[in-house]
Amino acid sequence: MIEFFQRLFGKPASSATAKERLRLVLLSDHISLAPDVVEALKHDLVEVISRYVEVDAESCDVTFEQRETQVAMLANIPVLAMKARPAPRPPEPPAEPPAPPPPPGGLEAAATVGAAATEPARKPKAAPSNGRPRRRRRKAMIQGSPAPAT
Amino acid sequence: MQETVHHAEPVAAAHAEPAASAPPRVRGRAIVVTSGKGGVGKTTTTANIGAALAAGGASVVLVDADVGLRNLDIVLGLEARVRHHVLDVLENVVPLDDALVTDKRVPALRLLAAAQTREKDDVDTAAFRDLITSLRERFDYVLVDCPAGIEKGFANAIAGADEAIIVCTPEVSAVRDADRVVGLLGDARSVRLIVNRLRPALVRKGKMLSVDDVNGILHLPLLGVIADAPDVIISTNRGEPVALDAGSSVGAAYREIAQRIAGTLQSAPEIPRERTFLEKLFGGGRAS
Repeated sequence: MIEFFQRLFGKPASSATAKERLRLVLLSDHISLAPDVVEALKHDLVEVISRYVEVDAESCDVTFEQRETQVAMLANIPVLAMKARPAPRPPEPPAEPPAPPPPPGGLEAAATVGAAATEPARKPKAAPSNGRPRRRRRKAMIQGSPAPAT
Repeated sequence: MQETVHHAEPVAAAHAEPAASAPPRVRGRAIVVTSGKGGVGKTTTTANIGAALAAGGASVVLVDADVGLRNLDIVLGLEARVRHHVLDVLENVVPLDDALVTDKRVPALRLLAAAQTREKDDVDTAAFRDLITSLRERFDYVLVDCPAGIEKGFANAIAGADEAIIVCTPEVSAVRDADRVVGLLGDARSVRLIVNRLRPALVRKGKMLSVDDVNGILHLPLLGVIADAPDVIISTNRGEPVALDAGSSVGAAYREIAQRIAGTLQSAPEIPRERTFLEKLFGGGRAS
C-alpha cells in the first residue's frame, strides 16, 4: 500500500503511513509475545516439522496477521523432501504414527499452517479460516540451528 | 455505601430533583466516557453529551472520576459552585445531595466534582461502584468522565458503568490507546465510538486518518463524529457547553449523539465535510 503511494507521488500520504504503522504496532500489541518468544516459537515449529519432513529452515517464515478482530498465525515452511519415516520420535508419540505421505511432486512445496492466536479480551468471533498459502517477500531469519535435516 | 443523612453543612443546598423522593424508578444508565490517551476530549465530550441529554428532558448527573485533576467543573462553567466532591460523599463527610451541583442553564443537569487535592488511589473501587449504582436509581443518565490512563482511576471509573463511549482522535497514539482500552473494557459492556477533532480538509488531502481508517482498526459502533472546530474552544473558554449553542454545527453533532444514546435517532452519524466556498464566504455552513 505504502509502496503504491510512494511510486505514485514520490512520497506516501502521511495518513497511509499512519494506517500502516498502526496496523503493524497493533499486531504486536495483540500478540502478547515478546520478539524472542516469537523466535523460539519459530525454532520449535521448524524442529517439530523437521521430524516428519525435510524443510528449508533458512527460508521459514512465521508471521502474524490481523484479521478483523483476531490475529492469525501464518507459518510458511518450504518442504525440501519428504522423509521415508518419521525419524526421531517425540517424547509422547501419537497412537499411530502418520503414514508416509505420497512422494512429493516437486522438490519444493510450501506448507502453510494457519492458526488463530486468540487475542485476549476481545469478542470471540468465528474461528478464522486457515491461512491461504502466502509468499512473503520479507526474509525471516531463524536464529539458532533447527533440528539437522537428515 | 452508607449514606448518612446528617446535614452538617447545608451549603449550596442542592434541591432534591423530582425523582429523589419518589420510589426508585427504572434504573438509569451508567455510561463511562473513556479513551486511554489523555487530551483527546473526554471531558468536553462528557460535558456536551450530558448537557444535550439534559436539555432533551432527561435527568443527568455527570461524575468526574479524574480525582486529583478535576476539570469537568471548569468545562461546564460550574467551578465556582463546587463545595464538595466525590470523596466527601464516599467518605460520608456530606450527604450526596450536598455535593451535587446543579447546572445554571439546564437544571436537569447535575455535577459531582472530583476531589482536587486527593489521589486516585484514595478512591475505593467498590465504594465508587456503589455510588454509581445509587445514582442510577435517581437519574436517567450517569455519565462518568474517566481519567486518562489504565490504572486505578480507570478501574474506578468503569466499575459501575455498563456502557462505554470511546473518544478517539484521528491520531496513531489515540487509536492505539483506544484499542487497548477496548480490550480492557471486556465484552460485558456495550462500547461505542466518537471520533473527535476530525479535520475534513486534511482527510481529503491524505494527511489525516479518516473515520473509516480509525474504525477499520477499532471496529466499534459509531456514535458520532465531531469536527475540529473553533466553536468548541470558544465555548470551553466561556464554560458553556457548545451542545447548548443552537447555531453551532458541532453543537448539533453533540445533540445528535445524545439522541443516538437516547435511542431517538437511528440514522448513521454524519461525517463532517469541508465548508464550501460560499459557506466560507458567508461564515455559515452546518458542517465545518
